Amino acid sequence: MAKKTGVEVSVAAADAIGMTNVDVVAAYPITPQTHIVEHLAELVAAGDLDAEYVPVESEHSAMSVACGASAAGARTFTCTSSQGLALMNEIVFLAASMQLPIVMILANRSLSGPLSIWNDHSDVMSIRDTGWIQTFAENGQEVFDNIFFAFRVAEDQKVSLPVIINIDGFSLSHMIEPIEYWEQEMVDRYLPDFKPLHRLHPDKPVTMGALGMPDIFTEAKKSQNEALLRSKTQILAAWKELGDVCGRYYHPIESYKTEGAKVAFLSMGSIGETLSLAIDELREIGEAVGLLKMRLWRPFPFEELAEVVKGLDQIIVIDRAVSFGGPGGPVASEIRSALYHQDNMPFVTNYICSLAGRDITADDFIKIYEETTSASEEMLKRNDYTIYGARE
Amino acid sequence: MAKLKSEPGWKDLDAGFVMREPGTSREYKTGDWRSERPVVDQSQCIKCGICYIFCPDMAIAKTEEGFFQADLYYCKGCGICSAECFTGCITMVAEEE
Repeated sequence: MAKKTGVEVSVAAADAIGMTNVDVVAAYPITPQTHIVEHLAELVAAGDLDAEYVPVESEHSAMSVACGASAAGARTFTCTSSQGLALMNEIVFLAASMQLPIVMILANRSLSGPLSIWNDHSDVMSIRDTGWIQTFAENGQEVFDNIFFAFRVAEDQKVSLPVIINIDGFSLSHMIEPIEYWEQEMVDRYLPDFKPLHRLHPDKPVTMGALGMPDIFTEAKKSQNEALLRSKTQILAAWKELGDVCGRYYHPIESYKTEGAKVAFLSMGSIGETLSLAIDELREIGEAVGLLKMRLWRPFPFEELAEVVKGLDQIIVIDRAVSFGGPGGPVASEIRSALYHQDNMPFVTNYICSLAGRDITADDFIKIYEETTSASEEMLKRNDYTIYGARE
Repeated sequence: MAKLKSEPGWKDLDAGFVMREPGTSREYKTGDWRSERPVVDQSQCIKCGICYIFCPDMAIAKTEEGFFQADLYYCKGCGICSAECFTGCITMVAEEE
C-alpha cells in the first residue's frame, strides 16, 4: 500500500477516475466546475489516460453525452455543481430511468439566488428523487475510495444504475488532504471491466428511451424503483469488498461514540468532521451524546437507521438545505418519516446549518446541543426546525 | 388512448425500459385517436399519390389498382391528405356517422 500524500481532493479524485480507465469524460469546463475535470483534461492531453474527453457547451449536453456514451457501452464520468446540475436536470432523470451506469461527482454548492458559489446541499436535494444511487463523502480519502466503489456498483449487471458521489464544494473539493492512493493492481482486482446489460450496437439493435404510454408507464416506474431498492444488496457487498482490498470499511450509516448515548447528531458530508470535534468535547464533560453520519442517501438505509437509533431519546438532524414551506430540512423530514412506525421513536430536532458555506464550528454544535437538550418537549414540538444563525 | 396488445407486468420489463424487439410502435393502434376518417371518391381520384407523400404517419399505402388508401389501424384522422388532395376527392367523415 502506498503511503499517504498531501494532495488536493479534486486532483486525487481525477487520478482515481483515471485509474478506473474511464472511456468517456463529458463535462462543461467552466464555472461551476472543479479541478476534477481540469486534471482529467490534463491526464488525457498528456497521454496518461486513453479516454475521449468531451468539453461540451453546457451541462445539459454533458449529461446527454454521458447518456449516449454509456448507452454505447463506454465507462462514463461527468462532474458538476449547483447551477450546472440545475441546467442538466432534465437528462439526470433520463440517465436513471434508462438505467445507464454513469458516475457523477457532485461538488455540492448552493443554488442561486442570491447568487452564490459556496457549499451546501441545496443542489443535490433538487435531484433527490431522480433515481440515482447517492452517497455522501466526509473526507478526501472517502472520495478517492468511493470512486472505485461507484463504478463497481453502477456497472454491476444486477444494479445498472447511475451513481452520484456527493462531495462538499470547497470544504472538500478544494482542500489539500492526506490521501492514500491505491496501487493500480488493487483497482484492477476490485473493479472488473464494464460489461453493459444492454448496449446500442448494430449487431443486436435495441431501443432505449422509448415512449411509454399510460398503460405501461406505471410498470416502468415500479421496475425502476425496485431496481434502486434492490441495489442496496450490491452496495453493501461492494463496500465490504472495498474494505477487503484497501482496509477501510464503509457503511450506509457510520456511528461515532454512540455507545450509551441518549442523544445523537445526524449529518451528511464533511460537516461530520466538525461535529465529531463537538462530540469529543461533550463526551469529555460527561454528556451521553454521539454522532450518526449518513453515507448512503439513496437507496435510503431504512434498516440501518432503525438499528443505529436504538436506545436514543433524541436525534438532532443537521440539514444543509431548506425545503421552503415544508416540514423541515430534507434529511430531517426523511428521518422522521423513516422512524414513524418505530417503537419508542426518538424525538427528532432539526437545525438547518451552514448555508452557502457559512462557517460553523464545534462550539456552534455544542450550543445547539445545549439549546436542544435544555428545552422542554412542548417547546421542541412547537418548533419543527430552526435555520441556525439567522440574525433577527 | 392507444392500447397495448399485451399487458406486461413490471417484472416482465427489461432494465431501463429497454426494448429488445424492434418495431414495437407498430403495436400501437393510433387509429383510436381518430375523430374523422378519410373517405376517397375513387371516381375523382387521379392516382397522383400526393396524399401518400404528405401523410405524416405513413399510414397511406398504394392498392393493387393504383389507388391510395389509409390504413385505419394507424390513421389518426389529421385531414392533411384531404387538404392536400388536388381533386378534392378525399372527404373527412365524422366517425360517428
